[in-house]
Amino acid sequence: MFRFIVRRLLQLIPTLFGLSLLLFIWVRRLPGGPEDAILGERATPEMRAAIRRSMGLDEPILVQYGRFVQRLLRLDLGTSSSTKRPVVEEFLERFPGTVELTITALVIAIGVGIPLGYLAARRRGQLLDHLSVGGSLVGICVPIFFLAYVLKAIFSENLGWFPSSGRQDPTIEATRITNFFVLDGLMTREWDAAMDALWHLVLPGLALASIPLAIIVRITRASVLEVLNEDFVRTAEAKGLTERTVRGRHVLRNSLLPVVTSIGLLTGGLLSGAVLTETVFAFTGIGAFIYEAIGQRDYPVLLGFIMIISVVYVLVNLLVDLSYSLIDPRVRVR
Amino acid sequence: MRASRPKAAVAAIAVAALAVAGCAESDREDSGGSNNDTLVFGVAHDPKVLDPSFASDGESLRVARQIFETLVRPEEGGTKVSPGLAESWTPDEAGTTWTFKLRSGVKFHDGTDFNAEAVCVNFNRWYNATGLMQSPDVTAYWQDVMGGFAQNEDEGLSESLFKSCAAKDATTVDLTFTRASSKVPAALMLPSFSIHSPTALEKYDADNIGGTATDVKYPEYATKHPTGTGPFKFKNWDIANKSLTIERNDDYWGDKAKLKTLIFRTISEENARKQALSSGDVDGYDLVGPADVEPLKSEGFNVLTRPAFNILYLGMNQEGNPKLADLKVRQAIAHAINRQALVDSKLPPKAKVATNFFPDTVEGWNGDVTTYDYDVDKAKQLLAEAGAADLTLRFHYPTDVTRPYMPNPKDLFELVSADLEAAGITVEPIPLKWSPDYLNATTSGSEHDLHFLGWTGDYGDAYNFIGTFFDRQKDEWGFDNPALFAQFQDADSTPDMAERVEKYKALNKTIMDFLPGVPVSHSPPTIVFGKDVTGVKASPLTDERFASAEFKS
Repeated sequence: MFRFIVRRLLQLIPTLFGLSLLLFIWVRRLPGGPEDAILGERATPEMRAAIRRSMGLDEPILVQYGRFVQRLLRLDLGTSSSTKRPVVEEFLERFPGTVELTITALVIAIGVGIPLGYLAARRRGQLLDHLSVGGSLVGICVPIFFLAYVLKAIFSENLGWFPSSGRQDPTIEATRITNFFVLDGLMTREWDAAMDALWHLVLPGLALASIPLAIIVRITRASVLEVLNEDFVRTAEAKGLTERTVRGRHVLRNSLLPVVTSIGLLTGGLLSGAVLTETVFAFTGIGAFIYEAIGQRDYPVLLGFIMIISVVYVLVNLLVDLSYSLIDPRVRVR
Repeated sequence: MRASRPKAAVAAIAVAALAVAGCAESDREDSGGSNNDTLVFGVAHDPKVLDPSFASDGESLRVARQIFETLVRPEEGGTKVSPGLAESWTPDEAGTTWTFKLRSGVKFHDGTDFNAEAVCVNFNRWYNATGLMQSPDVTAYWQDVMGGFAQNEDEGLSESLFKSCAAKDATTVDLTFTRASSKVPAALMLPSFSIHSPTALEKYDADNIGGTATDVKYPEYATKHPTGTGPFKFKNWDIANKSLTIERNDDYWGDKAKLKTLIFRTISEENARKQALSSGDVDGYDLVGPADVEPLKSEGFNVLTRPAFNILYLGMNQEGNPKLADLKVRQAIAHAINRQALVDSKLPPKAKVATNFFPDTVEGWNGDVTTYDYDVDKAKQLLAEAGAADLTLRFHYPTDVTRPYMPNPKDLFELVSADLEAAGITVEPIPLKWSPDYLNATTSGSEHDLHFLGWTGDYGDAYNFIGTFFDRQKDEWGFDNPALFAQFQDADSTPDMAERVEKYKALNKTIMDFLPGVPVSHSPPTIVFGKDVTGVKASPLTDERFASAEFKS
């Protein structure tokens, strides 16, 4: 297992270099440059040229890439051209928000999706089955911004149960340690801050969960149906095992493998960009920031964030691979 | 029994959570304020930097206007130059040396005295900037107004308009300029000319812009310690929660702020800002969508309309399309567009059709210029006379942007192009993403025939509008008109205000005869506050003073 992990981590190095080169070229092929975003309506050709000179953008692209790699080897991702703050700092302030949101969405999607998919399969053809299959289709089809709008209109504007935006009420003077607001609140025993941050996660979490929830319901349902028809289930039933044992130990466990795989992929997707959810809920995360960075032609942020996310993506999928052996003892990672 | 892994995992998490709880120190102070003296205001973007010397974005300037003060400032709710940290000011005969009489008894937030010395420290700081501080990205407004520095390091910079500062006594200061200019004193109202505490500037190393040419890093002063004389002082900028908190300056020299705490919170999406207001997350917000104005009013929110201080125009490029170099063709286009219908149907209430390239709130506006009424037959006739009956025009418009003067570019494009087609002109639509594609395409090169663009004034002087557009040869318009450029130079260097205003009026007449583009409209932007918030006066310059805001009890 240890060798497996080391090998996977070593594979990361060439991947990252290839990725950085592709990204570097792609990002600079975007029309225009940061100078236009910075200057806006007041730009003159001389001012544009001066900014490009001051940012070193007038040098050959290979020279620029060489400088980038040099810095990367020192783990320095440079400074954002739009905020003038170190990219790493920007990331550390924004990524925790995205992680909290992703975890919330996953908890909702898994917590509701697996039981619902399982029940739908057990009651195939009955009302619950139709409802969950139909519902999951809606979940996939409804655009997030619309869902967000409706959720906010009902639960914050009308009922006033949940806040409509942000990560925390700014009038709460919360201490920041890790920038995971819920965790910070627990660590400092600022219970009100922790609860408030948790409260802020509910609506965006629901909106973001809609698609993964629907996917998990469908995959679980299909997988359970398949396993139910397997010979070993019939054998187990014929052996006279209790229904509880058959369901828990044989059916559910065997149907979870494809579900776990899909969760791994979904997590990567959620982490790399809950762009819409973060934007409509004014939630500080990396998705909305990357989107803005594209508009601003903020090269260092684009490169840096995407590089870090790639590392995270690889790590999450490594964890998923490792978790296979937890669920199914027949799988051994090598 | 086999160890149940899930159970073990749950137990481990529970232990970890217990271990984590209470393991760090809370640095919370007992604030003890009630909700009635804390106002949360929703804004569209994070501020970029807290030292306004380096700022040119609206949100940084909005914060700066509460923390800092300038020598002169706009009258509340207007554009006229009024006393700020200076009580009065007079130019010498040549218009190159201005004497400012300063307010006495003013202190900076750190307790340092405000006086003539402090003013000179600030002007010399800007003027003597070196290295990265000369980057146009860093000191945009200084360069826009003053042109250059004591020692210019880039050949693109021009000679500085500012020359020297002399403290005559504690409350008298002389600012000397290299020539008389329309920019003085009006441009000194810009927040970028805010006066900082000399002590704080030195203590927090305000000029130490670090990093390399490729990545500029602002010093600590500009992100954590802005120190001015204003009614609010900086408290905290929580980037992870997109909120910036400032609090009342209890030692303020003038009327003290009624709020104890003011929080600016970033909500970039327009509809999210509106929902945040109606759910009570914020007590007001800026950049209200034109479609939301009436609904918000009918729900009882406190909707304020700013006097229009902007211009939307239809730009024409005479180099890109030689037909456009023919005055008759430009006149035909002006006659072909039904601007009144456009203003009535697509712009916010109280918007007006423009006849000059700036609104009538600015001195120098001329009611007696050539106007071009909507007249399709006349347009067709003019085109025929010019031999341009089969004219095809490339029409650029931006797709994804809302500007204060242009809430919905696509709608505007559709109306105007339908008007042009009705006059027999073929329109080739070219939609582009605002930044940078659209700005690039319309302000450089000559691939554009028609385009929409506009301007919101920085301060109340006509030159800031028409000078910005037409005082020299620009790719945007593609014409060379030395007589017009000379007329601008003459007006700019006339120190006497009354005389200068007359020259602006004449300039407006010249421009509207030459018709480089068609002025379309002036739109009043809207700002909204909660039902129980009063006291804020809308400003055409977005210079709303939150110090006078309060909650109705």
